[in-house]
Amino acid sequence: MSFDFAVILAKGPQILAGLGVTILIWVVGTALAVALGFVVATARRFGGPLVNAVLAVPVEVLRGTPFLVQIFLLYFGGPYIGLRLDPVTAGLLGLSVYGAAYYSEIFRAGYQSVPPGHVEAAECVGLSRGQTILFILLPEMALLVLPPSLNMSVILLKDTALLSLITVPEMTMTVSAIGSQQYAFVESIVVLALVYWGLVELANWLGRFTERKISKLSVT
Amino acid sequence: MTQSAISIQNVSKQFGDTIVLRDINLEVPRGQVSCLIGPSGSGKSTLLRCMAGLEHADAGTITIEGAPLGFVEGPDGRRRQSAAELRRARSRIGMVFQQFNLWPHMTALGNVSAALRRVRRMPRKEAEDKAMAQLEKVDLAARAHHYPSQLSGGQQQRVAIARALALDPTIMLFDEPTSALDPELTGEVLNVMRALADEGMTMVVVTHEIGFAASVGNKVCFLDHGRLLFHDTPDKVFAAPRNPRLEQFLDTYLDRGAFLVQ
Repeated sequence: MSFDFAVILAKGPQILAGLGVTILIWVVGTALAVALGFVVATARRFGGPLVNAVLAVPVEVLRGTPFLVQIFLLYFGGPYIGLRLDPVTAGLLGLSVYGAAYYSEIFRAGYQSVPPGHVEAAECVGLSRGQTILFILLPEMALLVLPPSLNMSVILLKDTALLSLITVPEMTMTVSAIGSQQYAFVESIVVLALVYWGLVELANWLGRFTERKISKLSVT
Repeated sequence: MTQSAISIQNVSKQFGDTIVLRDINLEVPRGQVSCLIGPSGSGKSTLLRCMAGLEHADAGTITIEGAPLGFVEGPDGRRRQSAAELRRARSRIGMVFQQFNLWPHMTALGNVSAALRRVRRMPRKEAEDKAMAQLEKVDLAARAHHYPSQLSGGQQQRVAIARALALDPTIMLFDEPTSALDPELTGEVLNVMRALADEGMTMVVVTHEIGFAASVGNKVCFLDHGRLLFHDTPDKVFAAPRNPRLEQFLDTYLDRGAFLVQ
């Protein structure tokens, strides 16, 4: 038995189209997850105990159930409550909400890790609460959450593969389909692994580059 | 009699069941250096933080240049000051922390000019010129564009002093400003503080630097278990300590000094 990658690579344009969908869902989904996670963490931090307790419920449910179960519920269960979404929209929504739960926890930890003395120093020079949040707390929190946020984005990239199961025409679905048509299952899986790994390495390189650029801003 | 810069009357404070300040009365004279000394947990840092409005006393009053800090008396008794009132009340105070607390995402110049721009609403250029003058005063103009992580502990503390001075305070509070520094670096910070004292700045310094308290302080206050046991001029406190607890406290310093000399 020999590997024949040519049958897979011959479908280059199709694979690229799948890769495009993967990158689109990953980038847009991560951006939405970061934004929603930030809103949730900020509301929990400053919204009082009731808001904190209420928002803790969805965060815990989303972190406590498999992503696959969540997207099945959204895509196949949605129509029962009148939520009919096309696969890409469902995938994007599912990934954003799932990622938001994790990002909200990353940001919550970030808020907690800003040394209280830095906030007191801001108070002492007369910055208002709003100014302290805007000019001190948020920038310092952003520095603290950068490494775990980049890590989370890599996890989300790999989780996009699960969206093939709700027929999102992303890379895993595209390449698996080619593999089935060409009777080249293992080759297709190897190609998938290599492309995902390449993407992850690229993301990690970008992350390291960014971290190096801001290393002199370390929060102590 | 001239009014005190800070007047503390019957101030008490507890955290949970622990009483940290017991009925403290203290006048901080204008233009003088008052040093708070005492063992760890004696309440000296809490007392200083009350003067900075960072902690609220449970009882008693603190006035800064005659104006109440933390609370205002109203028709229905006293109430806590609003955030804006508190900001106004402590606008004459500059605070320096043990851990420097510089903002890591701003350069030294950014740290010193931030409040000038955001609070005093100065244009950027004007704020930075003033900040630069303050950095020159602490001999750090050459490091103005460095971030805190690129500065030594002593340099960071000097930037923190410049940051507090930039707002033209009339009173400077120092909370163990050299305790986080290597012995080698304490000198540069103490020199800046000495120069400030020579200019007539009203200062309250929580310190373990007995030498500094003895040579620069006009008044030394000894706290133990939340009580202000003793306050007097340094020569009286150090040369002939009359209080047994103070004597015991100073003995540990003398012992350590003797060990160092051997």
